Amino acid sequence: MKPAPFDFVRAASLDEALGVLKAEGSDARVIAGGQSFMAMLNMRLARPKVLVDIMRLPELATLAQARDEVVVGAGVRQAQLLAWPDLPRALPLIAKALPYTGHVQTRSRGTVCGSIAHADPSAELPLCLVALNGHVHLATAKARRKVAAADFFTGMMATAKADDEMIEAVSFPVAGGAGTAFREIARRHGDFAIVACGALVSGTAIRLAIGGVADMPAARDFPLLEGSALDDALNAFAYELDARDDVHASARYRRELVRRIGRATIEEALKCRA
Amino acid sequence: MPRLSAEGRHAVAFTLNGRAVDGVAEPRMLLSDFLRHVIGATGTHVGCEHGVCGACTVEVDGMLTRACLTLAVQVEGSAIRTVEGLAPAPDRLSVLQAAFRRHHALQCGFCTAGILMSLDAFLKATPRPDEAAVRDLLSGHLCRCTGYTPIVRAALEAAAELSATQEETAHA
Amino acid sequence: MLDVPQQDGWIGRAVERVEDAALLTGRGRFMDDLGTRPGTLHMAILRSPHAHADILGVDCATAGALPGVEAVLTGADIARLTTSLVVGVKAPVSCWPMAVERVRYVGEPVALVVARDRYVAEDALDLIEVRYATRAAVVDPLAAMDDGAPLLHDGFPRNTASDRSFRYGDPEGAFAAAARRVSIAVHYPRNSCTPIETYGLVAEYDPGEDAYDVLANFQGPFSIHAVISRALKVPGNRLRLRTPPDSGGSFGVKQGIFPYIVLAAVAARVAGRPVKWIEDRLEHLMASVSATNRATTLTAAVSADGRVSALDWDQVEDCGAHLRAPEPATLYRMHGNLTGAYDIAHVSVRNRVVVTNKCPTGLNRGFGGPQVYFALERLMQRIAVELGLDPLEVIRRNLVPAASFPYRTAPGALLDSGDYAGTLEAGIAEGGLAALLARRDAARAEGRLYGIGYAAAVEPSVSNMGYIATVLTPAERRKAGPKNGAQATATVSIDPVGSVSVHVASVPQGQGHRTVLSQVVADAFGLTPGEIRVNTEMDTAKDAWSIASGNYSSRFAAAVAGAAQIAAGRLAGRLARIAASQLNVPPDEVVFAGGKLSARSNPANALAFSRVAALSHWSPAQLPDGLAPTIRETAFWTPPELTAADEEDHINSSLCHGFIFDYCGIEVDRDTGEIRIDRYVTAHDCGTILHPGMVDGQIRGGFAHALGAALLEEYAYGPDGSFLTGTFADYLLPTATEVPDPVIIHTQTPSPFTPLGAKGVGEGNCMSTPACLANAVADALGVADIRLPLVPSGVAALIQGEERAAPPDAKPRGGAPKAAGAKGEKLMRGEGAAQVRAAPEAIWAMLLDPKTLEAIIPGAHGVEKISDTHFRADVTLGIGPVKGRYRAEVTLSDLDPPRAVTLGGKVEGNLGFGGGQGRITLTPDGRGGTEVAYVYEAFVGGKVASIGGRLLDGAAKVIIGQFFAALARRAGGAAGTTPRPGLLARLLSLFSRTPKEGGR
Repeated sequence: MKPAPFDFVRAASLDEALGVLKAEGSDARVIAGGQSFMAMLNMRLARPKVLVDIMRLPELATLAQARDEVVVGAGVRQAQLLAWPDLPRALPLIAKALPYTGHVQTRSRGTVCGSIAHADPSAELPLCLVALNGHVHLATAKARRKVAAADFFTGMMATAKADDEMIEAVSFPVAGGAGTAFREIARRHGDFAIVACGALVSGTAIRLAIGGVADMPAARDFPLLEGSALDDALNAFAYELDARDDVHASARYRRELVRRIGRATIEEALKCRA
Repeated sequence: MPRLSAEGRHAVAFTLNGRAVDGVAEPRMLLSDFLRHVIGATGTHVGCEHGVCGACTVEVDGMLTRACLTLAVQVEGSAIRTVEGLAPAPDRLSVLQAAFRRHHALQCGFCTAGILMSLDAFLKATPRPDEAAVRDLLSGHLCRCTGYTPIVRAALEAAAELSATQEETAHA
Repeated sequence: MLDVPQQDGWIGRAVERVEDAALLTGRGRFMDDLGTRPGTLHMAILRSPHAHADILGVDCATAGALPGVEAVLTGADIARLTTSLVVGVKAPVSCWPMAVERVRYVGEPVALVVARDRYVAEDALDLIEVRYATRAAVVDPLAAMDDGAPLLHDGFPRNTASDRSFRYGDPEGAFAAAARRVSIAVHYPRNSCTPIETYGLVAEYDPGEDAYDVLANFQGPFSIHAVISRALKVPGNRLRLRTPPDSGGSFGVKQGIFPYIVLAAVAARVAGRPVKWIEDRLEHLMASVSATNRATTLTAAVSADGRVSALDWDQVEDCGAHLRAPEPATLYRMHGNLTGAYDIAHVSVRNRVVVTNKCPTGLNRGFGGPQVYFALERLMQRIAVELGLDPLEVIRRNLVPAASFPYRTAPGALLDSGDYAGTLEAGIAEGGLAALLARRDAARAEGRLYGIGYAAAVEPSVSNMGYIATVLTPAERRKAGPKNGAQATATVSIDPVGSVSVHVASVPQGQGHRTVLSQVVADAFGLTPGEIRVNTEMDTAKDAWSIASGNYSSRFAAAVAGAAQIAAGRLAGRLARIAASQLNVPPDEVVFAGGKLSARSNPANALAFSRVAALSHWSPAQLPDGLAPTIRETAFWTPPELTAADEEDHINSSLCHGFIFDYCGIEVDRDTGEIRIDRYVTAHDCGTILHPGMVDGQIRGGFAHALGAALLEEYAYGPDGSFLTGTFADYLLPTATEVPDPVIIHTQTPSPFTPLGAKGVGEGNCMSTPACLANAVADALGVADIRLPLVPSGVAALIQGEERAAPPDAKPRGGAPKAAGAKGEKLMRGEGAAQVRAAPEAIWAMLLDPKTLEAIIPGAHGVEKISDTHFRADVTLGIGPVKGRYRAEVTLSDLDPPRAVTLGGKVEGNLGFGGGQGRITLTPDGRGGTEVAYVYEAFVGGKVASIGGRLLDGAAKVIIGQFFAALARRAGGAAGTTPRPGLLARLLSLFSRTPKEGGR
């Protein structure tokens, strides 16, 4: 269980990293914290020709609030974000969700942007990005663009990022007073979610994002429903997510959790707001 | 930096438990293999090579790190700590290690190195953890022998002992 | 070490372990920590992606030519240089450590490479080309016996390796006379104890002496030594088998390394250099060894007050693809104990052993006990429910009475000692059952789902080598010759300065044997444990051992420690005679204490232990007349109680029988089906406790394994034999956040049959705990059919009733909801549609054109047209960072131009295989374009299925979507919106941007 051979570039500048991506296209791959990708290398599921390590680029290691959004650079580890003193105030949903991401020992290395790039449908950070309507900042050697979360995730571990692009940063809008809650059901603590729910409740609307069910995190906006109307809305949402059976849970169970835990998450967010 | 070719063996140097070490590695060589088979530091064990079991956990530049999810070439110039660096002297155990021995917090001892590294870092950052926090930390490790309870007890007792020692030092 | 001399001796004290200082400081010496000789090569193994297939050809030329590769061997090479491994029953069936002509389970070795390092060896595996013709597979043991089921071995008709029936007492009479019959049918799942250290070995061959030297973290039983030497075609003295000083856990599993010893030994012989192999985790999960899964129907004859008079067992044991020695031992290990902790005079048994397309089975903690007690203790709970009794009362009424020990069970076990009712009552009182019952009442009053479960179990230890022969008929046994006993071996040595060393043929796997042996021998000599050095490495060329040697059947405390005490006692007796002659007292007046040998009546009249102990070295002439030297003593101990099976198949299958009584309170979450263990109490009687810390360690460790088996762990297989839990992210071990701390209660009834009164304790909770937790869930939910593992998804299905229907206007994205509850189902179905700006005729032409296919089959290079409807291509398929190269066959069928066509495909490559069929329909949209709609069924197997199961379905969607996106693009691009928004729109956007991203 050892990786296939590859060249290695420890990028000394962002331009160098982007230059490799430009020259090698899909044969190159960026490695940041490596917490998902290295396992795939070891299993030889991934066989890049060249790896580009971006973790020694100071310009990517930035974590800052700029006006109404928090910009997290590609070099920021999950543990750094979790330890950021402003996190509970600025991004309460992430403050609640991030402890569910892996374990202390993987958050210490894994990066925020790496998790977004990996686009695992059960992962917490992609869910938060979608729930919060965040953006992904993509760069090539020539150009930069900003993609909304809803457009970034395109399928199972599939994103709108082109081969010669890398994620420079992601940005999350700062909380605007909505009540937030996050709940997750997994087989064990720290496992990938069977169903993860992130809820934002404002004075006028409910936004519920679900991970672990569809091929990518999905968010839905509802008016301030309650009672059976909310149940109906969640039931429709549950079916629309097209849940699957796998070795850990049935599709029906996933839909059940969307209805039940989705509702509990919304109610918790409502309380949190009140 | 120059591109390190897949076929070549490239110099890698870092400090291991405070001492400079070096060797050569292909870009694909895992840090776990480099530590064990190039440097000869076999105290760090390999249990799954996909980052789940935690046996290979070491500290790289202050960060807990799965050595099996890290390439040797990535730690060039880093400061690495492993289980071999925990004891104050070859014939003495650290407070944490001694607590493990008292509580029978190990049986086969294969997963232990990684657990000690996690707890060592954790207790520095969290001097007075509660049981839930210790269990949360330990959930990043798999142990098949102990059922975990003795490890939790050893960790809590070591935490108490260490914080008492620190207080004494502070008062002195 | 607490170097305080104790009046009562060292046995029974929880001294700190001598093993720990090295293990805690990184100085352990595990298999892969030991250096190798210069020139040692590294082995890697190519494994079957198929559960059942004929091997049509293996092309190793490219792999063999890779720089750094020294040899590539296939099954034919192995078969040429070895003989078949021993098969566990008499049948015309062979068992090779590497597949010969046919593979029968996913992960079966197909070829091996030895190279300069493991990295290069794995590079070479990628270059071996194997052609397979797949066969139908069978994974369910009951289905395997059906007419027409795929047959694994011609020598096992109906896949049945053994079918024996037994009758003890008068079961028919008891059933006829009974007031009630209560029956239960259960399935015990597959799991494994997965030690954190995997298999490892180094093998060498000396052609001059035709001899093999193997260092392996093998745990025994050393009966397997004979199996290996036979396979290697050398006498036993030309197979030197050694073990490293430390082992990273085994729990039985490391018995299963032996086929790899044969492979590596042959590889070393061919390569002419030492060969090292360290199994990786994927190999371990897929193909090391598994516990058996078992389908059991168990029926009791019961009186109205719950007294059981007879049991009728029907067990179907699934040993996987090969019946490797010592199987079918798992089925017979408990044979004498089929009445559990109960006094039941009449028993009938039918035992069938079947083979299926799954990993072969072998030793695993509990070894047959979990399978038996899950049926028996679930039955006891059902008896209580069906008769309206308290389950605890049903247990109480049937326990073997305390006055009847030693008690002979109906199938022949001799229960050595115990006070089952006393231990049960101690558990109830000290564990707080009354409070737990009150908690259940309170919880239920609030409408919560709370249940209490009980389980009673007899834990056998020190197995009788002869129990396995019960699978043979009495006539076959007579022909095979006698087999019985449980030889334990220990050697105590004294060196010229009088220091004491101990060696045992025990091969500990982390339990702390060195510490306990130092306690036992220290007591014999009046020394401290710190003064005793214990070596537990094994070397079959130099050490005293026997076929029963090794670490299994919880035999250490009861047998091995006792043998050490006997050896030390013999030396002490001789030392006493030496001292007596110098102290001028009779030998029985000599006392060993505080490092001295002294006269009982006058402690000042004393000699230093070291002086007396060294006399045999320095001045043997001074030994009293006729006294043997005290330099080294080896004790072989076997209990006379372990006799061979008799003509009526009575078998005393184990020497010692501990007792366990467990109960627990659990709560089930109505919303999630999650099980929370409120309290778990386990009361044990394991005879004399030699080291309380280690006994509790064994109980906690066994409990954690059992909790995993009950709630989390299963080696899951798809219906086609695909292995679905190939990583530690899919095969889920309990962690510190899942394992509660059980309340442990001890009583001690020494065994009259063991030197120290000790019994085994390491496996009991693996037997009792799964049943106890299942009974609690049954109590909470009021359901009868409980399946392990109790995963939340399955538990929720038991309580949540019929699912709420989809709203009529629901639009599932990309496919209709599929049936729930299909565990491990890896057949994927989906559908989709695309609007294309081209007429149906134009699209039709494209589908039949190789150039178009090349452009639209994702990642295709070089489409070769075999016929108008058959194409071959190399394709690179990828999802996210996962990318593999495959050989693909594409066929078109059911052509209905230009309206519909069925597109079929099969791919095979390094990451596994896959295939599927899609029906494509072309409908004019009335605006000059076409709606291209498709439905597909796809399957995936091999490596991607076993390590990426969670993601497969979505991955298939992406790849199939890539195809249609490409088709749409080729035909002039997507036109407007699609009728099923969402998935397809996104898929269309995928094309031209192969998804790529950095690791996180």
